[in-house]
Amino acid sequence: MLGPFLETLIGGLLTGVLYSLVALGFVLIFKASGVFNFAQGAMVLFAALTIARLSGEIDGKEVHLANFVVAAAILGVAVAFIGWYAWREYVARGAGPGERRRMLVLAAVGALVGGIAAYSYGKGAWPLWLAIAATAAIMGLLAYAIERLVLRHLVNQEGIILFMATLGIANFLDGLGQTLWGSDIYKINLGLPKDPIFLFEGVFPGGLLVDPGELVAAAIAAGLVVVLAIFFQKTRVGRALRAVADDHAAAQSVGIPLNTIWLIVWTVSGLVALAAGLIWGAKLGVQFSISLIALKALPVLILGGFTSVPGAIVGGLIIGAGEKLSEVFLAPILVKQFDLAGGGIENWFAYMLALVFLLFRPQGLFGERIIERV
Amino acid sequence: MTLRKAVLLGASIAAAGLALASAAQAQNEQFIPGLIYRTGAYAPNGIPFANGVADYYALVNERDGGINGVKILYEECDTGYATDRGVECYERLKNKGPTGAAYVNPLSTGITFALTEKAPIDKIPVISMGYGRSESRDGSVFQWNFPLLGTYWSAADIIMQHIALKEGGLDKLKGKKIVLVYHDSPYGKEPIALLEQRAKMHGFTFTPMPVTHPGVEQKATWLQIRQNRPDYVLLWGWGVMNSTSIKEAAAVGFPRDKMFGVWWSGAEPDVRPAEGGAKGYHSAMLQHGAGQFGVHADLKKFLYDKGKGSAKWDEVGEVLYNRGLVNAMLGVESIRKAQTKFGKKPLTGEQVRWGIENLDLSAARLKELGFEGMLQPLKVTCSDHEGTRAGRVQQWDGAKWVVVSDWYQSDDKVLKPMVDAAAKKYAEEKKLTVRDCSKES
Repeated sequence: MLGPFLETLIGGLLTGVLYSLVALGFVLIFKASGVFNFAQGAMVLFAALTIARLSGEIDGKEVHLANFVVAAAILGVAVAFIGWYAWREYVARGAGPGERRRMLVLAAVGALVGGIAAYSYGKGAWPLWLAIAATAAIMGLLAYAIERLVLRHLVNQEGIILFMATLGIANFLDGLGQTLWGSDIYKINLGLPKDPIFLFEGVFPGGLLVDPGELVAAAIAAGLVVVLAIFFQKTRVGRALRAVADDHAAAQSVGIPLNTIWLIVWTVSGLVALAAGLIWGAKLGVQFSISLIALKALPVLILGGFTSVPGAIVGGLIIGAGEKLSEVFLAPILVKQFDLAGGGIENWFAYMLALVFLLFRPQGLFGERIIERV
Repeated sequence: MTLRKAVLLGASIAAAGLALASAAQAQNEQFIPGLIYRTGAYAPNGIPFANGVADYYALVNERDGGINGVKILYEECDTGYATDRGVECYERLKNKGPTGAAYVNPLSTGITFALTEKAPIDKIPVISMGYGRSESRDGSVFQWNFPLLGTYWSAADIIMQHIALKEGGLDKLKGKKIVLVYHDSPYGKEPIALLEQRAKMHGFTFTPMPVTHPGVEQKATWLQIRQNRPDYVLLWGWGVMNSTSIKEAAAVGFPRDKMFGVWWSGAEPDVRPAEGGAKGYHSAMLQHGAGQFGVHADLKKFLYDKGKGSAKWDEVGEVLYNRGLVNAMLGVESIRKAQTKFGKKPLTGEQVRWGIENLDLSAARLKELGFEGMLQPLKVTCSDHEGTRAGRVQQWDGAKWVVVSDWYQSDDKVLKPMVDAAAKKYAEEKKLTVRDCSKES
């Protein structure tokens, strides 16, 4: 009995780390802007689709050249934009009115260079690193577009209005991703090992099965989590992000540039979506269902608190392990004892687990306790 | 008359003429709705099927000028495999065309369940080829449902017969452990009744294990399978659930050649994402498999050579594309049959229902249609809306599907009493009048 229990626990914890990764995307944006970003799942799908389509031929079918050129042009624009932005921020702060023209020229040159680069690659697939770089740039550009077209106009609005805006973004991105890149199942080949490892074969009959692919994925996710935690807690930008989260108006009044902060946080969140898309895509194949993985992050958030990076991690682990253990050990007992109709319990059990935690800690496991003077 | 007036007058006459002509043409068109999905979680499987259906209707229009001169007017509506959207699509399309929808193919057991109640009121037949309620083959109760070519009870029975043959007889199943990994939906639950019946008859242990929509998270299920070590795993999945199951089976080391999928778990998008891990995996066949036959030559000549095909040419002949062709062909032949009684004009759903119920496709006729080698003859009657209960088993060799069995017939000694009981129960619950099929011509 101990063997199967440990095996399920390990499998659950490894899956839990991957849930944490998706939950992190939510936490980042919520911390910095008080927005619950419903589009996080759609961003994961969009990133994964972009990487998969840029990096691979799919089942021997050619990827349409036009898509490459478009993606490369976007990449070029993004690179040019980042260059311009950095220059403006750090070299020529407050430069004159010619700035906008310079930016446009730079973007056009970037697009041209990107387009030529794509064309020279022809119909073949891009190497994975280039596809990831291009996708990162595209996610950055997407963050800019979201900030510029949606969020900027909603400063100081109610949280629920921002939330509804992200609902719109989610549906738009889901559709755009599939329209641009197609709805088939696509592969991302990270070269994750596939053959199962069996631990302690001498102790437990048949050993403890561990999926090495998940082990590597969990290690990558864990690394990312550490980097983000340091970014938030230790850097100046991280502190500014937290200040914005506490109060838009107060942060603005002490000179924190709200729009820049939002751009940064949405970009970081886009990069987390990229990492999640890469790992989940390699594990499951890239297609629409990836966006539904985001729903798995909801109980993690309820449990871990919306504002805590460690909360997302511990919450992910508890939910991952809890749902697997409940499905394997609790569900058969429930069905047998109460003569139920059956059906999987892991999906709703995760939520129930989270709600039980809330009974005792209403702010979530690591959430900030809100004390307001009346 | 100034030049401007002359031009206006000319344009008005031309427009009126065009409108009249298109109205006249619309009067001679048979409308068929297509409830399909090209987006969403199940799109990888929905797309090839939808392409096959669209191509066959286009072929009939291009090659034959329609069904006896009546052109097919086909319109797709994307259901995303969601029951609510499916019903919405049905409501939107049911009255289109000069005579309304000829029939409806829901392409989802959930939508079929929902439409089963609506069809008798709207008088539109539901063709659920290879899916839907298993008891709906009983035409005396389910007058408007046609689960042509095979129900899930037939599929499960065929798989069990194949396993028994491998084991050396049905009696050798005693003491075996068989697990069903199923999509937790009306679709996935369908085979449970038959498998429980077979388990009782032959003394094997049967354990159903649900997987929730869309089926990308199956770790818990497969860890249980690893711990319980069943002899065989049956798979009733759809879309990404299938490839995930096969990947998870590989991850826990469950032998793929002991896995048997239903015919909706046996197409190229189900095995390709699992790469080498899918080698050896079996699935039941809804008669046809992959490959190109007579009809494909016509598709090339009349559609693909002219750039009018829906798919890429190398996808033509894949399992689900072929299923789309078969599905559309059965509909077209039903309309053709109905035309023999009601005349060569657009027909109502009620008239087409008669055509489906009297559909009789002989081997010679299948050959003429270019489906020889894909289908066995079928004959639909008032009491048998399934038409045939034959099937085979195929295996993925790592690159393509290979047929590995002879033809099986699902055992009606087991199925018929179950169908009768379930249909009777349904008729009582819904207070339906049961037709006396012995009096139907």
